[in-house]
Amino acid sequence: MQWEVVIGLEIHAQLMTNSKIFSGASIAYGAEPNTQACAVDLGLPGVLPVLNTEAVRMAAKFGLAIGANVSRHSVFARKNYFYPDLPKGYQISQMELPIVETGQLEIELKDGTKKLIGVTRAHLEEDAGKSLHEDYHGMTGIDLNRAGTPLLEIVSEPDMRSAEEAVAYMRKIHSLVQYIEICDGNMAEGSFRCDANVSVRPKGQQEYGTRAELKNINSFKFVEKAINIEVERQIELIEDGGTVVQETRLYDADKNETRSMRSKEEANDYRYFPDPDLLPVVLDDAYLETVKATLPELPDVKRDRFIQEYGLSSVDAGILTMNRSLADYFEKAAELSAAAKLAANWVMGEVSALLNKNDLEISACPVSAEMLAGMLKRIEDNTISGKIAKEVFEAMWSGDGDADAVIDKKGLKQITDSSAIEALVDEVIANNPAQAAEFKAGKEQLMGFFVGQIMKASKGKANPGQVNQMLKQKLSG
Amino acid sequence: MSLDAEQVKKIAHLARIEINDADIPGYASTLSNILDLVDQMSAVNTDDVEPMAHPMDASQRLRADVVTETNQRDRFQSVAPKTEDGLYLVPQVIE
Repeated sequence: MQWEVVIGLEIHAQLMTNSKIFSGASIAYGAEPNTQACAVDLGLPGVLPVLNTEAVRMAAKFGLAIGANVSRHSVFARKNYFYPDLPKGYQISQMELPIVETGQLEIELKDGTKKLIGVTRAHLEEDAGKSLHEDYHGMTGIDLNRAGTPLLEIVSEPDMRSAEEAVAYMRKIHSLVQYIEICDGNMAEGSFRCDANVSVRPKGQQEYGTRAELKNINSFKFVEKAINIEVERQIELIEDGGTVVQETRLYDADKNETRSMRSKEEANDYRYFPDPDLLPVVLDDAYLETVKATLPELPDVKRDRFIQEYGLSSVDAGILTMNRSLADYFEKAAELSAAAKLAANWVMGEVSALLNKNDLEISACPVSAEMLAGMLKRIEDNTISGKIAKEVFEAMWSGDGDADAVIDKKGLKQITDSSAIEALVDEVIANNPAQAAEFKAGKEQLMGFFVGQIMKASKGKANPGQVNQMLKQKLSG
Repeated sequence: MSLDAEQVKKIAHLARIEINDADIPGYASTLSNILDLVDQMSAVNTDDVEPMAHPMDASQRLRADVVTETNQRDRFQSVAPKTEDGLYLVPQVIE
């Protein structure tokens, strides 16, 4: 039987506010346990939540960025369940009237296919605390620093039909929330997390199959793996005569398997109702206009512009616009050097490689866009070759100053003077009479050997084009 | 509408309230009375009435995004039954 996979994602993006969604406690990551959990976060009697204006603005900004309907009137609700890291016994969330409704995003797959994915809704809610299951004499430790951290939960339509589509959608949201500066996208610290609803159905069937919810997947790689392994499990189960039950499952990356956490109908009867502690959030058109005015150029628009303006390929433009800081860096280097394609190659090549190797973000790159542009100009005007440029780049990376200073200090200026090149060529031919004779006898593949020797003798500084030309002239003469 | 014993037990479990079996019929009948009242209200035609999220005709006041709270962990934990390494300790949670 042919199976069709149906996937919907729920993405939790932690909003980059200073304080919590309903209290004045800090949300800074990594503090000592419970030092950032105030009376409101602890759910002590008599406290009242007061909504953070920035959380509202960021949610509205997201809605506007995906062309969704930002609700003029949204309502907070209580989602009731008992768990030790949720001291109030309910999570403040939004149910019937979320702040953002019905938007969509276009994803692009590896083969270039484009597809629209619907965003059902995005709502504001508070995060829970953390349970530490290490052994505290048979007890569980609770850290409530994270309790009350503002989250935007972005819920997609079940529009995705493969793990690849799901990853493309997740990457798209990940890039977007960072572009519009509402989330730092740090998956290792849990600022960007994903739950996947996965089901299968016979191809052609209208109704959806029963879905399993895969919880808290914190990397793009794991989303793909978790979905694929879950799809395999469900198909096998059905083909063996079993039925999929609606439940929450946890992906175990070490074993590459999903396993049941709890049966959803049993545990999750959330009994939502409007939170009487909070009034409806009312936004007017003037407010939304001011938020809209703060939207930057969005990734898709920027990518198309890079293709148009700088003559980049769609793939290169896609890579360079995935991250806004990287795009800005490239654009500055391209403008200042007036060599856009060269700038693109360097940013995607050496710059990205060294950033990865040193685990740095582009914002912390020791070589500024201005410095890179300065070096690219020296490649363009033939002062240095592309090969020497790598040496210059590494020197700039280590703090030896800008390109001109490095070239000057290290004497890396390319040798373009033809008499100097001629002297080098003559010297190498004279030192290798046997090879020269062989070459003249027709062994032309020795050309590479000579070029190599000459470049070595010039410490890489001889202009390769001129060397080739001079060699041919001398050896055939 | 009338609730049966199983439904009463489920509601008690969701609320984490311990109840005696002997009290179940009593709860079933009083809770059913409340639901009957809800049914009665549901019968009213509300087509032209806007749903109300809050009895006060006002909108939410927003707070500036400023950290105003300081670390009061020692005071909060002085009333906790058990703490260690700054953590609140609770009976083990098995996932």
